[in-house]
Amino acid sequence: MKKLSLILFAFITCLTCAQQIESEVKAEEPSNVNYTTEMVVSDLNIPWGMDFLPDGSILISEKTGELIHFKNGEKTTIEGMPDVYVRGQGGYMDVKLHPDYKNSGWIYFSYVSPEGEEPGGNTAIMRAKLNGNSLTDKAILYKASPNTKVGRHFGSRIEFDNDGFLYFSIGDRANRDVNPQDITRDCGKIYRLNDDGSVPKDNPFVGAENAKTAIFSYGHRNPQGMVKNPFTGAIWVNEHGPRGGDEINIIQKGKNFGWPIISYGINYDGTSFTDITEKEGMEQPLFYWVPSIAPSGMTIVSSDKYPDWKGNVLAGSLKFEYLERLVLENNKVIKREKLFEGIGRIRNVVQAPDGYIYVSVESHGIVKIVPKN
Amino acid sequence: MKKTYFLSIATCLAVTYISAQSLEESKKRGKEIYTDFCVTCHLPNGKGVEKTFPPLANSDYLMKNREASIRGIKYGQKGEIIVNGNTYNSTMAPMGLSDDEVADVMNYISNSWGNKNEKEVTEEEVAKIKKATN
Repeated sequence: MKKLSLILFAFITCLTCAQQIESEVKAEEPSNVNYTTEMVVSDLNIPWGMDFLPDGSILISEKTGELIHFKNGEKTTIEGMPDVYVRGQGGYMDVKLHPDYKNSGWIYFSYVSPEGEEPGGNTAIMRAKLNGNSLTDKAILYKASPNTKVGRHFGSRIEFDNDGFLYFSIGDRANRDVNPQDITRDCGKIYRLNDDGSVPKDNPFVGAENAKTAIFSYGHRNPQGMVKNPFTGAIWVNEHGPRGGDEINIIQKGKNFGWPIISYGINYDGTSFTDITEKEGMEQPLFYWVPSIAPSGMTIVSSDKYPDWKGNVLAGSLKFEYLERLVLENNKVIKREKLFEGIGRIRNVVQAPDGYIYVSVESHGIVKIVPKN
Repeated sequence: MKKTYFLSIATCLAVTYISAQSLEESKKRGKEIYTDFCVTCHLPNGKGVEKTFPPLANSDYLMKNREASIRGIKYGQKGEIIVNGNTYNSTMAPMGLSDDEVADVMNYISNSWGNKNEKEVTEEEVAKIKKATN
């Protein structure tokens, strides 16, 4: 009898708990790392975004709502910040300079704004100029709606492509079955705008009925890493899955990336929300992580400072607290390595104009990756 | 005399019933908050992640440090803590929850996964707890 109930229990468990296909390529301990980290900016809380001014100083966004200018070893807090709604995973998020910052002076950032009628907030993109220690010429270029008090999935990475278009991500705001597949709604999308906030005429859903015309691709969950591939010019993202199913995607105009119709992930409690991992008309990820590493930040190494890593993708792991190095061959991941294990929750990784890679770590600061000796 | 006696028993029962009801309602709302703000790190079973995110399930820290736990949820948690014999040194960012939401989620986690706490955490109690000064 006991045996029978055990079998029955196992059977029911199998029925209710979805089986997952693990990533084919597993993350390994590195055999030899010729680089180490060096502290650049200490004592930061959640340094969500960073970018580098022409004089080599750094702009750092703290999730709690502060913009820090780090110059000559000193931190200055910038004044004139917008009203930031800090809640759950949201707050003051990414910061990114205009590709022609020297002439235009524009700084872009993403944050959760309470603007609007409903209570709560949603992701917004603002541009402004830095005048001394203050922000001036502030203008909201985009504000997702509706507001909600939900504390999850704000997306928020910002990137420019070679043509000067501005891309940004907004997560599904944990409204999985409503937002990501509907192009008449915000959230669960990658957006593309001109640098002044206007919608490019050739955006894919211009002319589609009731569509949010800033949308460039849809069916995303929560992309928190975004980088222009320095070799091809394409926009790459990494995004959080639920339990398993984090992804790397190459963004393409008008394409549906499938969330939540197709996914390699399952619910946090082990139950499943979909049985399929592929479907016609929906893009397959370039790579998926099972188990999840909780990726945040992403860069593709092109600098001569790291000959061993050239062309590799680097992504931060919030969950396992290491920097993941992914080696690709013909857009297929063939090797994964855990770098600097135990470093802390990595929020962002950026290759700076000086060619060095900077990594921001929560409750720690910003470190620079340098060759050993 | 007898009448007063019965009346006071009835009042007692009613008060107990009402406060139990209030705790039940708070736990229910707390579960929603937990699902939105906590579950990604502490997991649906409250077991957390070894070495990184401390367990809430059967947690001696949570049961013995009511005020510090409320403070951690309200203002964020930083620095070393020992939970069930293991040392954790991670950071939990402040979630931006209002006092009533902190109370609700406290009532939920302190009455789940082997934890038991019948003394309801109230909004007023949370409001009184100030940020640690150090």
